[in-house]
Amino acid sequence: MKLLERFATGDLEAFEALFRQHQKEVYAWIVRIVRDTGIAEDLTVETFWRIHKHRSQFRPDGNFLAWARRIGTNAALDHLRHARPESELPDNLPCASTGDPALGSERRRQIKEAFHQLPAKYRLVATLALIEEEPYANIAQAVGISESLVKVRLFRAVRMLRKKLNSLRPEVTTK
Amino acid sequence: MSNEELDKEMKELLKQAIAPAQDSELRRDLWPQMLRKLADQPSPVNTVPWFDWVLASLAGAAVLFFPGIIPALFYHL
Repeated sequence: MKLLERFATGDLEAFEALFRQHQKEVYAWIVRIVRDTGIAEDLTVETFWRIHKHRSQFRPDGNFLAWARRIGTNAALDHLRHARPESELPDNLPCASTGDPALGSERRRQIKEAFHQLPAKYRLVATLALIEEEPYANIAQAVGISESLVKVRLFRAVRMLRKKLNSLRPEVTTK
Repeated sequence: MSNEELDKEMKELLKQAIAPAQDSELRRDLWPQMLRKLADQPSPVNTVPWFDWVLASLAGAAVLFFPGIIPALFYHL
């Protein structure tokens, strides 16, 4: 019996093999969304726990990593939805070193603040598409929506962000 | 400035303010943590959703209180 078939029937050794095979990819995907290594580790374990829980729903001829990534994305989205505002904006959030030096630290802080006020589903898509520059097709597959909807969410996220920043400092991006 | 240009400008600002995750490499094996979670919260082998239990209860109650519906039930099965 193949590994995925054994996993679907509840074989713990098969699950361990799949876990060891894919934990790095799942973690790498989640950490790009939540941007915190400790939380990403916990969510990786949570993701595989959900995978184990719903193993009977997995089709052994399917793509395990794509399925795992989708479950991981949902776990990360749950985290973004429920995380308290003060924990959503870590102090060590990296800033782009290659950025425009004219963009002052106060402006960066405003942008980060506005970004973290976006609804979770928009922030998820904006993080992956704009910051991580992930192709729309990958985002669509991981979130479980169409590429068109990814573009729509991205468009709305940028509009919301612009609106929030305009309210903070109208003279910068007003028409 | 057009809306498209403004959107493009906003994307650039965002990229400058928040950098991509630089450290996305997992540095330790999470399997021991996974085993602990499995031990703490074992996933049930065959979970019956709660609404299935509600449906079964309703069907059982209907059969008990209205035995006349049994032929109709069999007909629909």
